Amino acid sequence: MTTTPRWRALTQHHLFWPVAVLVVLLLINVPFTPDFFSIKMTDGHLYGSLVSIVLFGSPLILVAVGMTLVIATGGIDLSVGAVVAITGALTCSYISDQADQDSLSGVFLALGIGLVAAVVCGLWNGFLVARMGIQPIIATLIIMVAGRGVAQLITDGQIITINSEPYKLIGGGYWLTLPFSIFVVAAVVAVTVALTRRTALGLLVESVGGNAEASRLVGIRSMRIKIMVYVFCALCAGIAGLMISSNTSAADGNNAGLWIELDAILAVVIGGTSLLGGRFSIGGTVVGALVIQTLTTTIYTIGVPTQTNLVFKAAVVIVVCLLQSPKFRAKVFGNKFGSGAGSGAKGGGTSAATPADTAPTTAAAPKMEVS
Amino acid sequence: MAEPRPVLEMTGIVKEFPGVRALSGVDFRLFPGEIHALMGENGAGKSTLIKVLTGVYPLDGGTIALDGQSMRIDSPFQAQQAGISTVYQEVNLCPNLSVAENIFIGREPTRYGRIQWSRMRKDAAELVDRLGLDIDVTAPLSSYPLAVQQLVAIVRSVGTGDSDGAGAGTKVLVLDEPTSSLDRDEVLELFRLMRRLRDEGVAILFVSHFLDQIYEICDRMTVLRNGTLVGEHLVSELDQVGLIQLMIGKAMDQLEGLHEHQLHAEVGETLLQAEGLGRTGGVAPFDLEIKKGEVLGLAGLLGSGRTELARLLFGADQPDSGKVTIGGKQVSMSAPNDAIGAGVAFCSENRKTEGLVPDLTVRENIILALQAARGWTRPIPAAQRDELVAKYIKALDIRPANPEARVGQLSGGNQQKVLLARWLITQPKLLILDEPTRGIDVGAKAEIQKLVVSLSEEGMSVLYIAAELEEVLRLSHTIGVLRDRKLVARIANGPEITPTRILETIASGEHQ
Repeated sequence: MTTTPRWRALTQHHLFWPVAVLVVLLLINVPFTPDFFSIKMTDGHLYGSLVSIVLFGSPLILVAVGMTLVIATGGIDLSVGAVVAITGALTCSYISDQADQDSLSGVFLALGIGLVAAVVCGLWNGFLVARMGIQPIIATLIIMVAGRGVAQLITDGQIITINSEPYKLIGGGYWLTLPFSIFVVAAVVAVTVALTRRTALGLLVESVGGNAEASRLVGIRSMRIKIMVYVFCALCAGIAGLMISSNTSAADGNNAGLWIELDAILAVVIGGTSLLGGRFSIGGTVVGALVIQTLTTTIYTIGVPTQTNLVFKAAVVIVVCLLQSPKFRAKVFGNKFGSGAGSGAKGGGTSAATPADTAPTTAAAPKMEVS
Repeated sequence: MAEPRPVLEMTGIVKEFPGVRALSGVDFRLFPGEIHALMGENGAGKSTLIKVLTGVYPLDGGTIALDGQSMRIDSPFQAQQAGISTVYQEVNLCPNLSVAENIFIGREPTRYGRIQWSRMRKDAAELVDRLGLDIDVTAPLSSYPLAVQQLVAIVRSVGTGDSDGAGAGTKVLVLDEPTSSLDRDEVLELFRLMRRLRDEGVAILFVSHFLDQIYEICDRMTVLRNGTLVGEHLVSELDQVGLIQLMIGKAMDQLEGLHEHQLHAEVGETLLQAEGLGRTGGVAPFDLEIKKGEVLGLAGLLGSGRTELARLLFGADQPDSGKVTIGGKQVSMSAPNDAIGAGVAFCSENRKTEGLVPDLTVRENIILALQAARGWTRPIPAAQRDELVAKYIKALDIRPANPEARVGQLSGGNQQKVLLARWLITQPKLLILDEPTRGIDVGAKAEIQKLVVSLSEEGMSVLYIAAELEEVLRLSHTIGVLRDRKLVARIANGPEITPTRILETIASGEHQ
């Protein structure tokens, strides 16, 4: 019995279920791809399924990390997919106009233009939500819908292709044997964690999301905090947009980052951050994003027909969300995994609960002699 | 039938939370046709016992028997099915629906899957009538004041089980702090309904912090302390002093000394001066002066503008006339930040909605105001933070003394102390306390009042709002009287000022 408290502490850690799901998903691949976990060195680059999962999951992790902070304030950002498209379109169209697409200064300027556009989108969202008091889902819907149009305007409705070696590095290049995007993601995650947990930003975000009125009365400048997280979220989406367009060396205003907002929200939820706001976990979100990317990979490796892969994905997501619910766990596994809040409703509907044999005693109140 | 059988018998109830044993082996019984008070300080286990009984928390040990039959209660729904109904302090009804709809929501009389509206209205009207209430069941609930809404909540819970043919009806009615926001007439109306239900044989479990109400309405009481049973007594056989001693486990500290002390205390120069400050729909323009180290008490009926006045002084609502100077400098009061910057702190009467962030820990809640003032870029260094938090947890005796505990799990009195700690840590010049002792137990009430006196001794000014006039008189150097959203009088406290004099001022609107 000595392991029980430890096991309990482990299962109640907020990352336990997301990580467990990730491990199970990874293991499912092994029978189909026996060398799933092996990583080979070819031409000085590391290759393998695990590396691919992180590489292809990079844009999603970025977007989801930004989304986490927005959701923690009790908001939501539907515009990230459109911001991905706008950033990619602006950057690529600037580079494609250059005489020398490999010019470092030109590429840096292009990156700057793209990210500034992302920040402007974030400011707009933050302005509508924090200053105008518009519901986040509506406020961000505006750029979600209009943004793709803007992206198409920038690219003239075409897919712009470019041929720039320096730009290719961001989403498709290698550095120190690993895909460069992994370093970008690691840097963004590290900066986010430092920004939220080394400063008081995380606490203030959680406070605003946990109780907005109390936060106002305690003197937190929630308006500023909200604008900040929307800008940060858009900036993350912008970097993801650079990555996606760099990986394909093309800007597709119509399809780049399509539906990524939904995957990102899902990743945040799988990571254990409540959509109601309050407590958030960046680590959880990263794991959540990896779960979704692994799922996509798994769908291909186990050969689910492409027409039905969305159904398969939905089924897995339902299972993951159920596992996340303390109530569900208490029902299925009993108290072993229950978090104490769930009432082990095994004996639901015991007949002892329906007393119909005796009518209520209507005698005048009996005074009991109590010593 | 020589000895009536208890309708409810709870034996050896145990409930544990991580790190806390909330109930250890508590016995509790309830007889049909009695009103039974559950007494104890905050954190004594009253709420936990009620939540175990109503299926909100699962049991960790012990048995519950209803009508002599042992049973499990796994959910509030099961509790209701079994005939245990609960009405909480906050009314959990739908204000936009009609009274009849609220009474029958979730168990509407149907035929062929269609709701029988006319039957529902008729049944509701009969039920309301039977209980001697004068309520139009077709009117929307929101058209009635909170007190009537509470009565409707009781009618609703009593009506449970009538329509589905089981006919069992409510055997046990749990009323958790139903009177805390009612005025005297409304309380009387509630008591009338309670007596009526009692005479029909319902066993009523009543929780209230107003001792006078307990003695007015209850037949018997069970006293808890620190999660254990202290005793079960007939109300007629235990006087108030004895009860308080049982509740806090020692002879009550005399608060009378405080009063003497305050009467002789000196106050300093002017700290805050408000001139013509007012807000349409809030409180009429008023002039107010608060001196350094002064306790200014506000007296007045519920809704007389006490809270509104305090909120204006904090910038929680924006004034539309007048100006405020604090320490000689004019403060704009367009947002709480302005007031906080000038050294004003405000503990709202609504702890849950306007005070705490329930998901965050005790530590995080305590440092929130200080951190907000420093801004997000300058976190309080961990060592300094932990030391400060530990100091205030100790000084205010916050229990459990665990800075990692989630604040939502603390009892009301301890939550109030967390709020106080949050503001004291910022070392304010003026502390505004709006009903700091509402809904908390006698022991914590005394502690908070003593704290106010010692703070004022150290030179902090306090604006103290409380419904209990005795409390205001005991602590204040000066008393501001509000009536119909107007500050009508400022009275210097003295030996000749009694609650009756204050009441006369409230009633007449002028001070003789």
